[in-house]
Amino acid sequence: MNQPILTCRNVCFSYHSLSGETQALRNISFQIREGEFVAVVGPSGCGKSTLLSLICGLCKPQSGEILMPDHTKARIGYMLQQDHLFEWRTILKNILLGPEINGTLTRAKEELALKLLNDYGLYKFKDKKPGELSGGMRQRAALIRTMVMEPELLLLDEPFSALDYQSRLIVSGDIGRIIKDARITALLITHDLSEAISLSDRIIVLSKRPATIKRQIDISLSLTDDSLLAARNAPEFKDYFSLLWKEISDEYESKTCT
Amino acid sequence: MNTNQKPVPEEMSPAQRLYIKKHRQHHHFITIMRFLVLFLFLLVWELAARFRLIDTFFFSSPSLVASYFLEMLKDGSFAANTGITVMETLVSFFLITLISLLAATVLWYSRTLSEIFEPYLVVLNSLPKSALAPLFIVWLGTGIDTIIVAGISVALFGSIISLYTVFKSTPEEKLKLIYTLGGGRFTALTKVVLPSSIPAILSNMKVNVGLALVGVIIGEFLAARRGLGYLIIYGSQVFQLNMVITSIIILCVIAMGLYQGIQYLEHLYKKKK
Repeated sequence: MNQPILTCRNVCFSYHSLSGETQALRNISFQIREGEFVAVVGPSGCGKSTLLSLICGLCKPQSGEILMPDHTKARIGYMLQQDHLFEWRTILKNILLGPEINGTLTRAKEELALKLLNDYGLYKFKDKKPGELSGGMRQRAALIRTMVMEPELLLLDEPFSALDYQSRLIVSGDIGRIIKDARITALLITHDLSEAISLSDRIIVLSKRPATIKRQIDISLSLTDDSLLAARNAPEFKDYFSLLWKEISDEYESKTCT
Repeated sequence: MNTNQKPVPEEMSPAQRLYIKKHRQHHHFITIMRFLVLFLFLLVWELAARFRLIDTFFFSSPSLVASYFLEMLKDGSFAANTGITVMETLVSFFLITLISLLAATVLWYSRTLSEIFEPYLVVLNSLPKSALAPLFIVWLGTGIDTIIVAGISVALFGSIISLYTVFKSTPEEKLKLIYTLGGGRFTALTKVVLPSSIPAILSNMKVNVGLALVGVIIGEFLAARRGLGYLIIYGSQVFQLNMVITSIIILCVIAMGLYQGIQYLEHLYKKKK
């Protein structure tokens, strides 16, 4: 097996406000190996996004540690729920935002951006404003904006949740394939169980707040073809689904108030 | 998946042609009516003066205003007085915009500073600025400085508050995007906060240019020997109502011109977009 690229050890985190302390994460420990695609599911509001913020370094864990090789730490890509493409920039300029910010905007970067635009079928929109693109195209542009940073670890925070159901199926399949082809390690947060099963190699189930790791499930599907829906048609799919559903619904039922 | 289909101008259906024709007709009707209202107002005013329904000594008349205006053009007092008022207004406006942008940026940058200064801004904003004018006269004399400061004082604090509010309302998630791309607070300012605030800054400028004119006229009322504000006050003191009314009409035209200027900037920005 490959090297671990991310190790979380006993990570705890709380939010503070005047009305009190809210514990979001408690004793989260897991590892992700290079090239793995891991999905995190859990009841809504359980602190999934907090986990990504911690890994990305936007905030510090209260206790516990998050370990990464140094070369990875500088190369984390983060994809947010919404595309947040800036309306006052063209698609190409939006994509080059990252290199522009960290001062690595070179001729080569620009060529990489153009190549990615071409690969993902957005080349002819490079000089358009985001408003002229559909939701799916915008999300792909947002992925290119992340990919142009050449990340070693990709954090995906429900990146498809703003899309309608059909675009969601298409775009999540598309993006999943792009990430796997590029052999990038990815950590996906989602509340869509079928999305988690069809995209990932392993699923981490979090409990309700304060979130602990409830269970980890390795996913292996026997795929018959490589169409978008292949994973969803795999014979094991529905077993994984009911297993996950049981884990999650247990969490909802054990809530004192609904 | 394709939302960028622009309507292709094919041959128009009769219904569409009718719709466009109606739209144009409506547009023309509005323009004509606008001029008609002005024309009727002037006509009634003039006729009322001619038939001695109103006393031209107090109310003047369009023809008296026109002849007084020609006189002003001839003796050069139009250029001198209008020029100085416009210049003072533009300088005030420019300084208001500059200072309030800087101040709002600093306040956005430091939450602590903004919390400390908030009550002061609120007080200064609600204070009637004309109350300060006598102070300015004592401190700065009766020159252009005083008038420019008066012009600035009217709009500055409100402008700082509204720009700061605009900056603060930048979506948290957009800032997060910058941070995840490795940027800091300064990058967030230059890449997100300022560019996303341009429309709001432009509409803030529209308000400011009007208020700067108000401040300048207040200043001229109290401390000037030149300018339209001075003419208005002087004219009323010597019962030269022609002078007063002509000056007011010139002010109307200036106010409209300044507003249109900013409108044009806005138009340029939208076109660029």
